Amino acid sequence: MIGDPTIEQKPTRDGYGEGLVIAGKADPNVVVLCADLSESTRSLFFKETFPDRFVQLGVSEQLLAVVASGMAVTGKVPFISSYAMFSPGRNWEQIRTNIALNEANVKIAGPHSGVSVGPDGATHQAVEDMAIMRCIPTLTVLAPCDVHETRKATIAAAALVGPVYFRFAREKTPVFTTPETPFTIGRAEIFRDGNDAAIIACGPLTYNALMAAEELATQGIECRVVNNHTVKPMDEAAVLAAARECGAIVTVEEHQVQGGMGSRVAEILAAHHPTPIEFIGVQDRFGQSGDPNELIEHYGMGVSHIKAAVKKILERKAKGR
Amino acid sequence: MPHVHSKKVEELEIMANTVRQDIISMLVEAKSGHSAGPLGMADIFVALYFHLLHHNPKKPDWPERDRLILSNGHICPVRYATMARAGYFPVKELATLRKFGSRLQGHPERLKLPGVETTSGPLGSGLGQAAGMAYAAKIDGKRWRTYCLMSDAEQATGLTYEAMLFAGRNRLANLIGIIDRNNIQIDGNTEDIMPLEPLRAKYEACNWRVIEVGGHNIAQFIEAVEEAKATENRPTCIIAHTIPGRGVDFMEYKYQWHGVPPKPEEAKLALEQLRTLGGKIASEHE
Repeated sequence: MIGDPTIEQKPTRDGYGEGLVIAGKADPNVVVLCADLSESTRSLFFKETFPDRFVQLGVSEQLLAVVASGMAVTGKVPFISSYAMFSPGRNWEQIRTNIALNEANVKIAGPHSGVSVGPDGATHQAVEDMAIMRCIPTLTVLAPCDVHETRKATIAAAALVGPVYFRFAREKTPVFTTPETPFTIGRAEIFRDGNDAAIIACGPLTYNALMAAEELATQGIECRVVNNHTVKPMDEAAVLAAARECGAIVTVEEHQVQGGMGSRVAEILAAHHPTPIEFIGVQDRFGQSGDPNELIEHYGMGVSHIKAAVKKILERKAKGR
Repeated sequence: MPHVHSKKVEELEIMANTVRQDIISMLVEAKSGHSAGPLGMADIFVALYFHLLHHNPKKPDWPERDRLILSNGHICPVRYATMARAGYFPVKELATLRKFGSRLQGHPERLKLPGVETTSGPLGSGLGQAAGMAYAAKIDGKRWRTYCLMSDAEQATGLTYEAMLFAGRNRLANLIGIIDRNNIQIDGNTEDIMPLEPLRAKYEACNWRVIEVGGHNIAQFIEAVEEAKATENRPTCIIAHTIPGRGVDFMEYKYQWHGVPPKPEEAKLALEQLRTLGGKIASEHE
């Protein structure tokens, strides 16, 4: 299936919209708040099913966070959706103080993350969101890999008591898990076995990691691929097992390399099991307009880049540094 | 017909004076904190906790209670002192304000002290949270009300404007905003720093009813809240004209007292003035 050019493609944000409806049926306290982007964030699916539990706020992302906080402390389970650049980009302080410090049970959905947002350009491409969310105490941070996993993450977020941030993509990306693939917040899944090097990925780029691993296998290099969807609290055991058993790590994320998923992996390894690591992600730059695939290649997150990073890390592993 | 007897008003005024004395004692003990705002809002806090709010100090999480949101968290000494006097916690705990391990954080936190409805301090966040609570109560058909106390200076925040629009558009008649219009902020007088007028017209333009009162006239304030409660189909904003530092002559009207506590000798003088003024306030209503 990996590498099949006819693989089904769907935007992960669709999984959010579908998950909201399922979560809303399971719990009458689930409400959805929107800042003028109901179609684009797919919160429209919920609005059509539960119009009385859908709240439109207009272009007011700070208000999105504080109204949700107020509703949450009265017992509601609010999901707030805008573009990741605006929520949590614009309303960070309200999320930090009025949601996290206040222990308000709010779920923050960040669609339009990554440079793959495409033609809208750098203003709308959130590549810093995980960094600014994972530094906030009590927040859970998720980066699901495809439409099925995003649906599961949405349902799991509703069931979890506590604030959650999760990000997803605008464009269609490969559907490479199934409704039956296991998903538990806080537990990374090994999507491919191998002990030469481990590729720890999150989000839709996990598919690129699998593609790279398959191509490397033809050259006799067997990579483990870990779907590390929970950026916080990260599955430290899975990261350490990958480090001990493979001895070389490549992290892959559609995010600035500073402060994101790879940074957390490096923190864990530095503290417990220093291991050579290479970081695939946006290298301290802003995005720009373009075709999503073109941008992924331009910013060094394509399959060829992951393969090159694996080869580099294997050289470092061989030299012991 | 007035909603409150003059005898009750006198009792409330005496309690407000006690609360002012508590505020001075707390601040001098804490050696940091805000003086002017808490003193200016003592009458309104006492009117709320001792007359207007449906609440139970022994059951702070009673689901049907009215919610009181303090948006400008920095004036929390007045909230803490009033809550202690109302029976939420022992008065002697007021001496722990701003100290390590205290439930009385420098800016109030919901999870630290039962009865504090939300964590606040960063200005501008209160009205939206209050609107969220009022919205939730409305869709659930609950009868409790949400009161949101705000400073005047935080009316400059964009987030407050977002909340004004939202509450007006959703006709949140169960939401009552109260603005402490004391005309000062930390850097100076509000109309010099960033003019807020015409404040009344701004709220009215967002579909709010606006009532202006003297913030130290307890009977008038109670009357305004009763009018607000009787208002249908829109939220009410009560603009309370107050004197910052009220009750201590060397603090009154002075923005320099916004964010500093009294020194011990100043506190002594302040307490003397407040004790004397206590008798004077009572006599004016005889």
